[in-house]
Amino acid sequence: MLTCKEVSRLVSESLDQRLPFGQRVAMRLHLLMCRACRAYKNRMLLLRKILWLYAAGKGVSSEIKLSEKVRDRIKHLLSQNYPF
Amino acid sequence: MTSTAAPLNQIEQWVYEYGDALYRYAMSRLQNTVVAEDIVQETFLAALKSGGRFTGRASAQTWLIGILKHKIIDYIRKASRERPVTEIEVDDVLAETLFDSKGQWRVGPQEWQVNPEKILEQKEFLAVLNHCLEKLPERLRDAFSLRELDDQKTEEICKVLDITPTNLWVLLHRARLRLQHCLTENWFATPEGRG
Repeated sequence: MLTCKEVSRLVSESLDQRLPFGQRVAMRLHLLMCRACRAYKNRMLLLRKILWLYAAGKGVSSEIKLSEKVRDRIKHLLSQNYPF
Repeated sequence: MTSTAAPLNQIEQWVYEYGDALYRYAMSRLQNTVVAEDIVQETFLAALKSGGRFTGRASAQTWLIGILKHKIIDYIRKASRERPVTEIEVDDVLAETLFDSKGQWRVGPQEWQVNPEKILEQKEFLAVLNHCLEKLPERLRDAFSLRELDDQKTEEICKVLDITPTNLWVLLHRARLRLQHCLTENWFATPEGRG
């Protein structure tokens, strides 16, 4: 019988690769019986969904901006390096 | 397929048009102002070097993000080579506090009641998410960011970080355990997060 600690590791691994048959069955059996691990698995799925949306730029605060100083520095470097 | 060469003034214009978008992209992956600024700068220089040539099918922003993405992965590759490898073998302290000696949860997780689209519209949640990503040890953050933000395949991440798949899965597991713990402590278990 797997422990919750082992199941938390397998839940994570199952997000990255297909688990071997035996491990998959053992994990599912544990999940059927353990509410806490089911909640953990659902947290992992939600976390992935949130991160994917975040990566796609959803919700990234528009207050995060390149400063005027850095813009000028880049502009200056561009003109220094032109033409190649 | 047509290709467009962009002169200097075109690329300077792009710094104004797309600079913020590139910077936000870099910040979401690196959580480091100085590094993100440098990488955006390198991206524009690389765009200039290539003569600003991009295929007609890609928009300028998509093309620039493509260059930026490569620069970020290059940065992570170099930074990971300079770090001691021992970090990977260190026992995960957090796991010891979350589970008892029999491997049972000390406090069983509860479901998060949340709509992923809506939660990202909350500025306070974004601040917590950034804080939790920033708090991850670098090695965990690199692995997690390549996997979950850049959607890179296992083989690719292992090449970048110079580790085995088994090591990668350990890193990802630890990163996820820490992140969900940090988000719970700082958001989902707070009155704000419970809505």
